[in-house]
Amino acid sequence: MDATILRTERLQAFYVLDIYGKTKRIKAVNHIDLAIRENEIYGIAGESGCGKSTLLKTLAAAVEPPLRVIDGKVFYRINGAEVDVAALSAEEKRQLRMTYLAYVPQGSMSVLNPVRRIRDTYRDFIESHRDVRQKGEIFDLAREHLLELGLPPKILDAYPHQLSGGMRQRVTIALATLLKPRIIIGDEPTTALDVVVQRGVVQLLKDVQSRLRNTIVLVTHDMGVHANIADRIGIMYAGKIVEEAPAERIFRAPSHPYTRYLINSLPRFGDKTVRESVPGSPPSLANLPAGCPFHPRCPHAMDVCKQAVPEFTHVAPDHKVACWLVEGEGYGKSA
Amino acid sequence: MENLLEVQHLTKTFTFGSVISRVKITAVDDISFHIKPAEIFALAGESGCGKSTTARIIMGFERATSGDIIHNGKKEAKNEKVWFTEGIQAIFQDPFATFNPLRTVERYFFETIQNYRLATSRSEAIERIDAKLRLVGLTYDDLAGKYPSEFSGGQLQRISIARALLTDPKLIIADEPVSMVDASLRMSIVNLFKRLRDEFGVSVLYITHDLATAYYVCDRIAIMFRGKIVEIGTVEQVLMAPKHPYTQLLRASIPEADPAHRWQGVIRLSDAEQEEYLRQGCRFAGRCPHVMDVCRQMTPPQFDVDGALVACHLYTKTPQSDEVLIASKG
Amino acid sequence: MKTFRDLLRDYRFALAFGVVCLLIAFSVLSLFSPYDPTRWGQVPRDLRPSAQHWLGTDSNGQDVFWNATFAVRNSLIIAVIAGIVSRIIAVIVGMVAGYRGGAWDRVLMFLSDSLLVIPLFLIIVMMAMLIRASLNLVTLGLLLAFFGWAWDARLIRSQILSLRERDFTQTAILCGTGTFRLVINEYMPYTMPLIFSTLINNMAWAIGLEITLAILGLLDMSIPTLGTMLYWAINYQAILLGRWWWVMTPITLSIMLFIALYWL
Repeated sequence: MDATILRTERLQAFYVLDIYGKTKRIKAVNHIDLAIRENEIYGIAGESGCGKSTLLKTLAAAVEPPLRVIDGKVFYRINGAEVDVAALSAEEKRQLRMTYLAYVPQGSMSVLNPVRRIRDTYRDFIESHRDVRQKGEIFDLAREHLLELGLPPKILDAYPHQLSGGMRQRVTIALATLLKPRIIIGDEPTTALDVVVQRGVVQLLKDVQSRLRNTIVLVTHDMGVHANIADRIGIMYAGKIVEEAPAERIFRAPSHPYTRYLINSLPRFGDKTVRESVPGSPPSLANLPAGCPFHPRCPHAMDVCKQAVPEFTHVAPDHKVACWLVEGEGYGKSA
Repeated sequence: MENLLEVQHLTKTFTFGSVISRVKITAVDDISFHIKPAEIFALAGESGCGKSTTARIIMGFERATSGDIIHNGKKEAKNEKVWFTEGIQAIFQDPFATFNPLRTVERYFFETIQNYRLATSRSEAIERIDAKLRLVGLTYDDLAGKYPSEFSGGQLQRISIARALLTDPKLIIADEPVSMVDASLRMSIVNLFKRLRDEFGVSVLYITHDLATAYYVCDRIAIMFRGKIVEIGTVEQVLMAPKHPYTQLLRASIPEADPAHRWQGVIRLSDAEQEEYLRQGCRFAGRCPHVMDVCRQMTPPQFDVDGALVACHLYTKTPQSDEVLIASKG
Repeated sequence: MKTFRDLLRDYRFALAFGVVCLLIAFSVLSLFSPYDPTRWGQVPRDLRPSAQHWLGTDSNGQDVFWNATFAVRNSLIIAVIAGIVSRIIAVIVGMVAGYRGGAWDRVLMFLSDSLLVIPLFLIIVMMAMLIRASLNLVTLGLLLAFFGWAWDARLIRSQILSLRERDFTQTAILCGTGTFRLVINEYMPYTMPLIFSTLINNMAWAIGLEITLAILGLLDMSIPTLGTMLYWAINYQAILLGRWWWVMTPITLSIMLFIALYWL
């Protein structure tokens, strides 16, 4: 098994808001234990408002008030040694950014400066992380990289608004991978893109991963994208990971009731039978129900579900579920 | 059976630029289709293909450059408030933008009833509102006194549908109704459309770029590309056996929710959309794997292939049969 | 009410509001004034502040304190008239220009821009000189209103322009709402904050202009306002003669009013 490159331990990160004298705690990341390996594509799936973007921010060590890490730790494995992210100084974090860990946010326009040409953005980027003397060297580096990824080098001369949405997104990904980071974290990289363009972007990501043999953590609510690119998938609900398994198992043998609903509600070609979506609505992260957060919507809810939060149980070697329906340790046992 | 809505040779051109350099973009280029009563018709395509513009023209928010829109056999006059007279309503993509965040949601309901004179007293109005809300799975008490921010996206979209149903329209134009709703809640809204069709005979013009949901809920579908309809037919014909190369590309690019069926092969993306709009001949010629010389020169007319209409030179009726022509292209 | 209470938490708002209430109370006192503000020579002149005349008397033979109550009242009246009337004009112009667009928009914005560009001060001075005789409180207020709407009309218009593109406008249209009702019901909640803040601004501007006009001697001097008080004070060289109470009263009151309005 590959080594773990990114690990969280009982991570809790809340938004603490003070509105008119009342404190509101939004439990966006609520006790999460993740172990992401080298050379894999890990997908995080979940509805909007379940905390996925916040989780990414904590993984990328980009935590700013009102978001606070209340408890738990995030560990990176740098050059074979485990490093506690909280122990890093701001300067060290800056060094790591882009050379070790690249963050691709939702919406490429927030990354590319609209009043500068693409090549200027690239140059700023390279200059701040590499000691490059010649201006020519920078452009060579950029051009080579773009060619490697199958993008036309002439886009370097363009302004961001002159490019289509899909092209901008690919340019952003190229920028993020310029310095060959070990971890790439992408927040909904293909949302708002057309289907064909989405395919192009996903292909690019896969290409990058197979070339650099690094890790990609991808957050999206589109299960189809996960099916096409992810090796392992973590299903997130109300700030917790409720199921984690290799992609095939998530789609073929989902265990958690929420995952089951999710998979069953996806429309498939050639099949016009009636599908149902998950009943009810997701809970507010400021007002979570006691016990398992899914129990108000779960058709199999039992008494214990209302009182205690379930821990992970393994139903298969690499497949774990947090659900009271799934009893005991050991493989082969499922609800 | 008369068609509920007929669009004939609709064209809409936008001109940009100043006196010195004008660019004319034909957002909608000579499209024609019809919608029958109690039918869910999809207008599908990627962003920028002209589907939203078409919807706005049908609703009367934009004026067409040329072409006709015929409702129930009557031609639409230029200034009529179509939704008022012809029983058309619409729902929009972003449920949170559909309602003014500074007003309570029920105000819209009451206003509609007042403006369309649907009830004579407040209690009658509430009854009617409640009845429509129950259709979508909510009650009036759920709504009373609440602002849009107090609902979730899925709930708001359902409320939006209820509002559209207040006037008992025969046609609902749904512009990307579920694209901003979470995947887990989409089915409930989409199933609602099915119910409206089956129980109340309401037709829906379903505008989307999500072909999987379109397959699930729609009866017929038209694929648009850069302002032209390239293929039109039943969903079985168009989505299960696509004939136009663009439809084939689209169909193949949809991420299947099945790890065993991942994408094969690499595709080429177009870099500049504006180029494609201004192209002579077939607009897909730049990316088409089966492109021929005639494609670059002449815009393909629509050919009838097994009941579906396809605008592609591959299907030109030659002295030999169509099959031979296609087979020779591989 | 909740917003109001929350606003009060901000010390500046609370202070400003307190001061404004004080000034309003002050001006209400004018109703109880034992002296008639338009008549001179009612009391001995140039007395220092004392128990009998709290702020002394001025060279015209008027009690400064009671005169000031009238002054504040009148200045506020002018400001309020100017502010409200100009708001109304600005709202109507802004909404019509923003929503209708096209020719209406161009004509109205042309008018508005013209008013912004021409040197207001000179025009007002000229007009004041011309119609000085009939320039009482109300006409002055209206005059100031006429020149004060241009800026805000443009602000309101741009807001309406952007609101028009939002989805809920289309929803309202689909509900069958007519143009007028739509603009009032849908857009007012958005423009209200804008209108309020520019109202305050406008009032401050009106008072300032009034004082300036008065000092220049262009208003009816028998009506006490903050400006006219200053005028007489300067005219009678109160500063030089050390009659500080006469001068300081209107100045202090004006400063209080301005700061209060600004902080509001």
